[in-house]
Amino acid sequence: MVTASTADHPTRRDFLFVATGATAAVGGVVALWPFISQMNPDASTIAAGAPIEVDLAPVAEGQDIKVFWRGKPIYISHRTKKQVDEVRAVPVSSLPDPASDQSRTKDGHEQWLVVIGICTHLGCIPIAHEGNYDGFFCPCHGSQYDASGRVRQGPAPLNLPVPPYQFVSDTKIQIG
Amino acid sequence: MSGPSDYQPSHPALKWFEQRLPIIGLVHSSFIAYPTPRNLNYWWTFGAILSIMLGVQIVTGVILAMHYTPHADLAFKSVELIVRDVNYGWLLRNMHACGASMFFLAVYIHMFRGLYYGSYKAPREVLWILGVIIYLLMMATGFMGYVLPWGQMSFWGATVITNLFSAVPYFGESIVTLLWGGYSVGNPTLNRFFSLHYLLPFLIAGVVVLHVWALHVVGQNNPAGVEPKTEKDMVPFTPYATIKDFFGVTCFLIFYSWFIFYMPNYLGDADNYIPANPAVTPAHIVPEWYYLPFYAILRSVPNKLAGVIAMFSAIIVLVFLPWLDAAKTRSNKYRPLGKQFFWIFVVVCVLLGYLGAQPPEGIYVIAGRILTVLYFAYFLIVLPLLARIETPRPLPNSIADDVLAKSGRAPMVSTVIALVAAVSLLAGSMGDARASEGQENPPSASWSFAGPFGKFDRGAVQRGLKVYKEVCSNCHSLQYVAFRNLAEPGGPGYSTAQAASFAAEYKIKDGPNDAGEMFERPGRPADYFPSPFPNEQAARASNGGAAPPDLSLIAKARSYKRGFPWFLVDFFTQFQEQGPNYVNALLQGYEETPPHGVTIPDGSYYNKYFPGHAIKMPSPLSDGQVTFDDGSPATVKQYAHDVATFLMWTAEPHMEARKRLGYQVFIFLIIFAGLMYFTKKRVWAAAH
Repeated sequence: MVTASTADHPTRRDFLFVATGATAAVGGVVALWPFISQMNPDASTIAAGAPIEVDLAPVAEGQDIKVFWRGKPIYISHRTKKQVDEVRAVPVSSLPDPASDQSRTKDGHEQWLVVIGICTHLGCIPIAHEGNYDGFFCPCHGSQYDASGRVRQGPAPLNLPVPPYQFVSDTKIQIG
Repeated sequence: MSGPSDYQPSHPALKWFEQRLPIIGLVHSSFIAYPTPRNLNYWWTFGAILSIMLGVQIVTGVILAMHYTPHADLAFKSVELIVRDVNYGWLLRNMHACGASMFFLAVYIHMFRGLYYGSYKAPREVLWILGVIIYLLMMATGFMGYVLPWGQMSFWGATVITNLFSAVPYFGESIVTLLWGGYSVGNPTLNRFFSLHYLLPFLIAGVVVLHVWALHVVGQNNPAGVEPKTEKDMVPFTPYATIKDFFGVTCFLIFYSWFIFYMPNYLGDADNYIPANPAVTPAHIVPEWYYLPFYAILRSVPNKLAGVIAMFSAIIVLVFLPWLDAAKTRSNKYRPLGKQFFWIFVVVCVLLGYLGAQPPEGIYVIAGRILTVLYFAYFLIVLPLLARIETPRPLPNSIADDVLAKSGRAPMVSTVIALVAAVSLLAGSMGDARASEGQENPPSASWSFAGPFGKFDRGAVQRGLKVYKEVCSNCHSLQYVAFRNLAEPGGPGYSTAQAASFAAEYKIKDGPNDAGEMFERPGRPADYFPSPFPNEQAARASNGGAAPPDLSLIAKARSYKRGFPWFLVDFFTQFQEQGPNYVNALLQGYEETPPHGVTIPDGSYYNKYFPGHAIKMPSPLSDGQVTFDDGSPATVKQYAHDVATFLMWTAEPHMEARKRLGYQVFIFLIIFAGLMYFTKKRVWAAAH
């Protein structure tokens, strides 16, 4: 608003101009909301992100399966006794992202590892049963994770995240 | 944009930039210092309104394209899911769909303004021709956009319009095949229309730049039609034109919002809520209201090729207007005969629009032919002749004199009245397309959801859901409604747990599983109400050949003729309840025996509200069939009312949100328009 008003003290005219400008500004900002909000996940996408159930019975010892939840690959590993013993023997303080194996698995189900299979470096998908630590190996930039999904080597800063899940029964888990 | 800029940047950095790319100077000279005639009236704000509408259409269109799927099998559903699931999707879609109508309304006013005040005359011929090009591009864009939702009118409109080109001698059929990219209108057609619908607005924006450039070279015309002579005739664009345009735009937004929030389907055709079906043509194919006059001209000529030529000529003739009208006086304000013929021409255009919506039979055909002749006569006979025989009234000496004379108030009022009448007639005539059906109109029931503050009656929606589940769902599906919708605000008001347990009562077909087999599982909230039949063929086979339609859109897909003067009244009362009225009436309209003299085919039943009166569905409801927990009477009347309410909710789950947001927007816009009005008065106080 270009006005000719150069009075030293505020006038009624200034008030009108300021009020109009302020209303326009508020309206403009509020009007942006729907245009931005539409980018957020829509109702069907949110509904599709509901928890899923996974039957563990067919997964043999030493085997991994990959399931998808909310568009992310989830690795479910049926670890061998040897793998469990190895990852539990590692001193936690020596790890880049210290975490005990106990804190990443469920008590009484220590043979099961459930992790989101997305490398914490730049989002690639690591390959299971590869690398120096009998865990996961990310081919993109060489990050290595152990059988607990903890980062051991390479540029990845964090361990593979554990998704929210619980055991519904001994052979069935619910993810989400 | 005329001549070198007088913009003098003060800051050294701006100076440095201005010497390398003088764009700030360009903006300054075009939109700030640019001199505008002092006597411009509000018809001149439609230029600004058009710029805003182009912007709105591009922005909402780009966003809709983020959610839309251009595939023949998915397009219809994706549009429905935009409206139902995307955050504010209903708002963006209404803005875009009603926006197209508003864009055309504004461009027509803009064009008629140009006609009345002689804005096409020297030296503004190129400016005018660029405008005609913009208009042609708009028509192409609007047509292709209307095809994208892939409803019945989309599909058949595309078929009819592309078939226009089959009139071309010898090459016609090849051209049509080329346009379709197939043997008929199909997926390739939809894909290319989507691509072009996205592209053309940017071409429009490009030509608009040329249009504005040409405008700034020759300067604006004005109501007096005399060229500015002295400084006193002009005011700088900012703040004078800017503030006036903003006020005009705000008033226009109020009008636009009326449609967006309270009658989003008033200007559209109900048939477009029926998915495209290449096997069935709608009873009457009607274009959107803004094409109706040209459609009437097309149908008035009994020869195919000549009809197509006549229709295109009706637009192309505008290009030659600057030379057809040789009158020395520019503005019709000073042309006693020119003014009268102008208004006759406006009436001719409106009547042509009205006829375009009528079935092409009887008196309508004859009237159409007369009006077509009159349309062309205005350009080819009246205007050239008037220049020779008319004696214009004396022109004011200057624009400043015109401002001081303060004349021209009366014609403006009459123009407003005439245009409002014209537009509502055009808009309302859409509903008349089914004029020849001769069926009885359903009586208007009273609905809790009608009007600006209408809300769904939760009890009625819940009872309607029960009737649907126990009766309707034996044959009909609700493909676009998910169980989770039952727990959403504005619906039947169930909790998430209630919706989940309702879903669990259904068996949903899922799979294939690890063994490659399909299996059934209990429904989940994210599932959609299933169809009782595995596919359409099975549904047809069980219902005597007629597939039961999906009911989730039925309340929006059914309409009936409202006729004069109801469509005018409907605009003010926001009447949008044809669908529920129809459903309600149909369910109660069965009669055991047809009235005397009426025979209906075997296997069908008499229903006085069904088009043609013979419906394949036997009366689905009888008294006492469904028991309500809340003690509502178990009568057909109650069932019909409740199920119609429920179906209205399934057709538009966000209706309450729409009306509530509309209420807030209206309060804001009215306050803002008031502030703008006083600000504008203050700014102009110095200039008058």
